[in-house]
Amino acid sequence: MPVTIAIIGRYLYIRIFLIMQNILKVTDLTKKFGRLIAVNHLSFSIQKGRVYGLLGPNGSGKSTTLGMILNVVNKTAGQFQWFDGQLSTAQALKRIGAIIERPNFYPYMTARQNLQLVCKIKEISGDTITEKLQLVGLSDRQHDKFKTYSLGMKQRLAIASALLNNPEMLILDEPTNGLDPKGIHQIREIIKKIAAQGTTIILASHLLDEVEKVCDNVIILQKGRKIFEGSVKDMHLQNNWFEIKAGDMRRLQNLLNESPLVSQTENLGNIIKIYPAHNDVTGSDLNKYLSDRKCYVESLIKKQPRLEEEFLKITT
Amino acid sequence: MKSFLQLIEIEFFKIRHHKLSRFLFSAYFVLLSSIALIAAVKLKIGKLEIHLAEQGIFNFPYIWHFNTWIADFLTFFLVIIVVSMVTNEYNYRTLKQNLIDGLTKKEFVLSKFYFLVVLALLATIFVFVISLILGLIYSDFTSSGIIFKDLYFLPAFFLKLLGIFTLIMFLGFLFKKSAIALGFFFIWTIIEGIIYALLRWQLFDEKTASTLSRFFPYTAMKNLLPQPITRLSAAKNIGKQIGEKIGEFDGIPILSFLIVVIWIGIFVIISYKLLKKRDL
Repeated sequence: MPVTIAIIGRYLYIRIFLIMQNILKVTDLTKKFGRLIAVNHLSFSIQKGRVYGLLGPNGSGKSTTLGMILNVVNKTAGQFQWFDGQLSTAQALKRIGAIIERPNFYPYMTARQNLQLVCKIKEISGDTITEKLQLVGLSDRQHDKFKTYSLGMKQRLAIASALLNNPEMLILDEPTNGLDPKGIHQIREIIKKIAAQGTTIILASHLLDEVEKVCDNVIILQKGRKIFEGSVKDMHLQNNWFEIKAGDMRRLQNLLNESPLVSQTENLGNIIKIYPAHNDVTGSDLNKYLSDRKCYVESLIKKQPRLEEEFLKITT
Repeated sequence: MKSFLQLIEIEFFKIRHHKLSRFLFSAYFVLLSSIALIAAVKLKIGKLEIHLAEQGIFNFPYIWHFNTWIADFLTFFLVIIVVSMVTNEYNYRTLKQNLIDGLTKKEFVLSKFYFLVVLALLATIFVFVISLILGLIYSDFTSSGIIFKDLYFLPAFFLKLLGIFTLIMFLGFLFKKSAIALGFFFIWTIIEGIIYALLRWQLFDEKTASTLSRFFPYTAMKNLLPQPITRLSAAKNIGKQIGEKIGEFDGIPILSFLIVVIWIGIFVIISYKLLKKRDL
């Protein structure tokens, strides 16, 4: 009897513990526009404290998915749950901050006035406005009308607006769209700062190196389907290779092909490309293997594909 | 669900800084006040001098009918405010942002509707005050019984305004562009006229046509404020013929009020349903 209680207790504890971690859970979410299936039975979950990249080419369903979870687009099928069903979407929206597509504010009102309005809608006091404006570097332009803002400033104001209620989760849809490198860098620094404070972030983008630099986890969409979900590290580890050069290239290649460390080699003329048998194979392993057989290496480089190439590979 | 006051506050905040709306609002009230200038008009036709105020247009209780009808001509100023406060949210894409920030679609529509109620109310109160003052100055009869007779023109005025506002609000949601919404509104008033003409001349007679057309949205609203001109001579003569019926005017039937109230409800509800159905 006490054993049963212990088992049930532990089960419940784990369930509850896991429950508290899930800020958003999406199950089988689908959206059809007539015959076009924009989002196709999509499922994923977002856990507290991590930075997720929602990656996909244009038209892969990123914005539509975000639209659905934010109650702006009506779903065709499937469901999603905020804070593990503890809150309705309307209540959840008050605890998160989101920016979709372009920053949308009233052009005839100043930045501060726009933020004041958002505070009224979110039913919070306007006390945080000054701090957030400072965070995004717009304090000295806060009394200027929104229509006078450059694109970079508009994006920054949008981020400030999403942060007003100190949200537990931040959803950013292409926040660096249309910005020059300086603007992109600024936004990225702000995002990193926010992530460091423990805010969960979903960053939707088609910019791969952006996701690479900022996110821990990535969900890749293509044509409305999820084709990859995992950590950014996992994505990289999938397909390392090595490039190697030695005096006697033919002997080198033969030795490598015999090795259990190697699954495949490719002779590219002046170097040989090695596809390791598994992800744990290190350069040292290869080096030792070859030197044990008295084959001495001239150069050996471990290569990680740029996320770009990964991405293109996965999506074609 | 936010309270009435919260929603009104949000709407007022949005409009407060909108220069065009503020201008139209001020212009409306300034022009409304200038109804008083009609009092100063003296027409000279040959040897005949007519001082309008002396003609009794500002007599109680006729003044309630006359002033509300005249004030109605200025409604267009307010209509522009109404259409822009809905279509701007589409143009600036702030509707989407409001929803993402946590305003529900129901709260969004209600905040607009509550604002329209307040707008119509302000206009009505203003007309009441102006008319009261003008009446006290110019009316030949100022016993309290006469002053407060026929006050039903004021709720009629309020409902007509609110009716037009909600109709325009709905068109704003439907077409998302102010020019199209207003254009459609004008065309619609003409269409109602054409249908009435068909009913009257082609299909039925005047009585049936009137009975049917009073249910059309715009016609119903128009019926709340029938024109007062034909009553004018009677108002002038009231001093000579006390005891006679005032013109041939029987008041505004309750049914007219009811029809407009129902149309107001319909327009608010379909605005909400439209918003719900759409993918923004």
